Order: sequence, then structure tokens, then C-alpha cells
Amino acid sequence: MDLLLNHFWEFTITGLAFGAVYALIALGYTLVYGVLRLINFAHSEVFMWGSFAAVWVLTALGASKASGLGVVGFLVIGFAAAMVTSALVALGLEFVAYRPLRKRNSPPLIALISAIGASFVLSEAMGLRDKPFKWFGLDTDLASYVGRPREASPLPLNIDTVRLFRVFDYRVSNIDLIVLGSAIVMMVILDQFVKRSRLGRGIRAVAQDPEAAALMGVNRDRVIRLTFVIGGAMAGAAAMMYLLKIGVTRYNAGFLLGVKAFTAAVLGGIGNLRGALLGGFVLGVAESYGSAIFGSNWKDVVAFTLLVVILLFRPTGLLGESLGKARA
Amino acid sequence: MNAVSSFFHGIGDRFRALPRWAKIVLAIAAAVIVYLLPIINPPLITTTDSDFGAVLFLCALYALVAIGLNIVIGYAGLLDLGYIGFFAIGAFTVGILGSNHAKLPLLLCIPIAMVVTLVSGIVLGAPTLRVRGDYLAIVTLGFGEIVRLILVNADSLTGGSRGISNIPTPPDLDLFGIPHLVWDGFVAKVDLSNQTRFLQFGVTDSIPYYWLALTLVFIVLFLDWRMQNSRVGRAWEATREDEDAAELMGVPTFRFKLLAFATGAAIGGLSGALFATKQQFINPDNFTILYSVLFVAMVVVGGQGNRWGVVVAAALLTWAPEKFRFLADARFLLFGLALMALAIFRPQGLMPPRRSVRAKKAAEQEPDQLDVEGAARV
Repeated sequence: MDLLLNHFWEFTITGLAFGAVYALIALGYTLVYGVLRLINFAHSEVFMWGSFAAVWVLTALGASKASGLGVVGFLVIGFAAAMVTSALVALGLEFVAYRPLRKRNSPPLIALISAIGASFVLSEAMGLRDKPFKWFGLDTDLASYVGRPREASPLPLNIDTVRLFRVFDYRVSNIDLIVLGSAIVMMVILDQFVKRSRLGRGIRAVAQDPEAAALMGVNRDRVIRLTFVIGGAMAGAAAMMYLLKIGVTRYNAGFLLGVKAFTAAVLGGIGNLRGALLGGFVLGVAESYGSAIFGSNWKDVVAFTLLVVILLFRPTGLLGESLGKARA
Repeated sequence: MNAVSSFFHGIGDRFRALPRWAKIVLAIAAAVIVYLLPIINPPLITTTDSDFGAVLFLCALYALVAIGLNIVIGYAGLLDLGYIGFFAIGAFTVGILGSNHAKLPLLLCIPIAMVVTLVSGIVLGAPTLRVRGDYLAIVTLGFGEIVRLILVNADSLTGGSRGISNIPTPPDLDLFGIPHLVWDGFVAKVDLSNQTRFLQFGVTDSIPYYWLALTLVFIVLFLDWRMQNSRVGRAWEATREDEDAAELMGVPTFRFKLLAFATGAAIGGLSGALFATKQQFINPDNFTILYSVLFVAMVVVGGQGNRWGVVVAAALLTWAPEKFRFLADARFLLFGLALMALAIFRPQGLMPPRRSVRAKKAAEQEPDQLDVEGAARV
């Protein structure tokens, strides 16, 4: 307890930074759930693929030698690579794992099974990525990309931690600032997009009443594709932030993070965009405080206990469901 | 498309049409063959890369798990993604009472483990079964992970990540030895040098554990059958199909959901206890969330609600990765592909219960052309 009180702002800001990562991934869950009433279990792997895309592109460009302004450029490239790849993976996922089911009107549980299958495939494909290159004898040439596929791959970017300014007793670092700042920018853009643009209105319409939306001329399939792309891009951004904060990624890095992000989505009220953001930040901060009070081993227990407790007292989450209508 | 289920249902129909004595004879013969599988070591089926007895034990163990989870998912329609939590609680109850903190005999530990999991099922279920289906899935997922994390972190109680060793084994009888068969191509020979002592539970031979697990599978299957054919089973089905209508008809749906949850939990605890005594060593790594997912996959692959279906699916999904060990690296990849293919091409599972097949047929017909006789038979 003393630890928390003495370093209150440090834990708060670290919690907020992780919360931003959770929140951005949670957006993907909540968007897809709002439109399709489906837990996109494979979303965590979309995130993981984005993180590897960033690592690969930056390795290929030799980002580890950069310094000064070059680092900023590589940061932007890393974000772009992760977001584009994640969006493409999410789109492919929708095409392969979900669209055939939708055509057949499968019950939700079956979609969940398909999602679990897709999640295994995506994560194991990353874990086995050296195999296809071995057949062509390329695995030694490409060792920095596909070598040791089950081990952690580091982000090849050297960013010196610079303490910029103080918030009470904690000196905020440049990484905290990048993570939180870019997260907030993404969130504002997304929020405005869904609220104001034509496509965003389509998303809300389908979430509210798919049939009425179709009658009004909304192309449901296109809206669904769009939600997967947006969710994927957000997961890609989260992947880059995760790399900045943690420094490495693995083929199975997605799973726990995905469960937590889903927890964040449920916490805020699944289907509700602002709820997902709030849920992400609340979860991140609660986890951070929890690890300060009970020790870092208990961090995840705190997160899940919080979820159970909130669902007991507010079964629709903190903000309730509002992307579509709340389902009874 | 329906070839698989009509094949299995065809077998079922033929079996039902037989006279009573033939049914009994056939059932006993099938049971004997299943019991003797590890002794016979049938070629093509036996696993070369890993001990066949141990593989069969795992098949029977996971069949038990699948029967328990089938009650929760298949009968009551509650998606439980944290079933490994109950499995772990069962295993660790045996570990703690049998080795770590007391030295109770196993036969006392197992009932205690079942009671503990039953109670934990009620404690978890009472608050959470009031929330909606999707939320239940995620709350149970969280529960499974909480259990594992507590096992890792509560050092003094569970031994933390070091785990618990020297878990007691069932009492030995040691009456006689049973020689194994060895196969040279398709010619069988009796191998007298390699014998299984009838009911000596040790580390070297998994076969007695297989027999124990199989016996429990049959007992639980019988109880499961009695339960499904009773008022309880009908109440579960009504709750699953339409909760509001069931409630209006006077079914206390919440209580029955809780009953399903607790029964499933107790069976999960029993399987966990069995796992612990076979392994004699457990640590929290044996109980990751991945297994919960695997268990759900077994139930769905088998056809939710069909007890024989889930048993077959559990055995198949356990046996296949061991049989095809040479694919070891890629087996989770293939497993994922298989799940996706199943969801797309055969969403009702390999062996859907007949009632849901009939219901689907009825739903496909136009309401005004409904075959009255067919409907009456339903």
C-alpha cells in the first residue's frame, strides 16, 4: 500500500499507457460485436501479426542504426506497417472464417468455434514461420525474420528514454507520451468517424437493426468488412504501442492481451465504443494499482476479479450498450 | 453432407431394432473390446511414438471431461470457457489433501475434490448465471485464468509453480498378470515378458489407470442418461431452447441452470482428481486456458447434446495428435484448420443429437406443409 501511495503517479501513468493498448484492441472487439453480435476470438492474433509486421519492416529498413529525427520517421513507418498488416489480416479473417458462416446463418457458438480455429491457425502459422522457408533453403538468409520462430522478437529501434516533464512526483518519459498521445489521436479520429461520416452512420445503422439498414440501402457486407478493417487497424496501432512499451513480441503474445482487451470491452459495455475506451483505461489503471498493492504476480487476478465484480453489479458494463440497441 | 450423422444414426437404429438379448451381448462385447484395447494393441490404431496405454488413459479422461462439459453446454446451453478451472480445482484438492498438507488416502480425496468443485461451481454460478450468454462465456474464461493464477501465486497452499508431487495412487489389488499382444504386421503374438499386473497402479504402467477412467466414464454416462431422461433433463432442454417460455411454464430456470453448472463442475473435479492421481505430479502449467478451449471444441465437434458424440470426439481429438506425432509441430495448426472446416461445413458437429436433426428438418419445411405425422412423432 505504501508503494502505491509513494509512487501514485508512476503507477497511474503506466496503467494509463497499458490501458491505451487494451482500449485500442478492445475497440476491435466492440465494433465487431456491435455489428455481428459475435466474439471475434481471433482478434488477438490480428494484433500479434501487426506487431510482427512492424518488427519486420523496421528490420528490413535497418531502423536499429537510426538516431535523432530518423527515429521519428521509423516510428511512423512502424505504425503504418502494423496498421496496414493488421487491417489486411482482419479482412482475410472475415473472408475465410466468418463470411461462409454468415451465409449459412450459423448460430453464434459455431462462429466462436470457427474463430477459435482461426486463432490457432494464425498464431501457429507465426510459430512455424521458418518451415516454408526451409523448403527453399532460405531460412538462413532470412534468419533475422524467420529464425527461432518460437522465441521473442525484439523491436529493432533504439529509443532513448528521455524524461520530459513531471506530473507531481513522476517524470513522464517520451515513450509514455508517444503511446498515450497516439492512442488519444486514434480514438478521437475513430469516434468522430463513427459519429459523423457516412460510413460511420452505416456502421451504427447495421448495429442497430441490420434489416432496416439493408432496406435503407446500407450494404451490410461492406459495413462488416469496414468494421473488420477499422478494428484491425486499431489493433495494429496497439501492436506498435505494445512494442514500444514492452520491446518484444512473440507468436503467442496475443492471447492474454486479447482476453484482457475483451475484458476491457465488456467492462465498458460491449458494443459501446466509448465504453471500450473507458474500460481499457480503467482496466489498465486498476491492474497497475493492483500490482502495486498485491505484488505484480497478482496483476492478472485483479483484472479478472474486477471484471467479475463489475458484471455482477452492472451486467451491461460501465456505460451499457449503445453502438446498437441493448439486447435483452 | 449428412452422411456422417446418418451413418451413426443408422448404427443406432439397427442396434435399437435388435432383440433384447442381442443388445446385451453386443454391448458387453463392445465394452470388453474397449477395455482390452491397450492389451490388444491393434495395429493401425496403436500409437508408436507414445505409450498407447497412456494415450488411451487421456482419451478416457477427456471423454469424462467432455461428458461433464456437455451437460453445461449441450443440455443447458451455457457456454463455459473456464472448465479447466474446475478440473484444476479437483486436481489440486487431491494434491493438497493427499500429499502437500495432509496424507489422506485417495479414495477419500476424490469425493472431497468433487464436493469442493461442486461448491465452487455454485459459488461461481450463483452470481454469474444471471448475466447473458456471451458475458457468461467471458466471466468463466476469467474464472479459469484466476484459478490458474491463484495456483501459481498461493505458494504456501499449492506449492506455486513448483507444483505438488507424490500424489497418492489408488489402492492396489495385484491379483494376476495379463500378457500383452504384439503384432508382426497383422499377425498377433502373445508377449509373456510384458505383462500388466491386474490392478497395480504405478508409474510404469498406465493401463490400470485407463481401466479406472473407463469405468468412471461408463458410470457417469449411465447417470448422465438417467438424468437427461428425467424431469431435470427436460427442464434443461426447455431452458436452453427458450428461457422465457420455460419460466412461464413453471420451470425454475435459474435453479436448473445452476444445477447443470454444479453437476458439470463436479464431473470436472472428478476428472481433475483422476488426472492428478495418474500423473502423481501436477503444477499450474497443466491447467492453461488453452485446455478450456480444447474441451469446448470436443463438445462442439461431437455434436452438443449427444453424449456418445462428445465421447467419440474427445477420444478422437486426444488420440489423433498422438497418432500423428510426426506432424507434432504442425498439429495445433491442423487442429485450428479442422475446427474452421468443421464450423463451415458441418456446424452441427459430427454426431448431432437426433432431436436437433429432426427439429432442423421440421424448421426447413414450410409451416403450412408441415408433415403432421412427423410432427406428432417428434
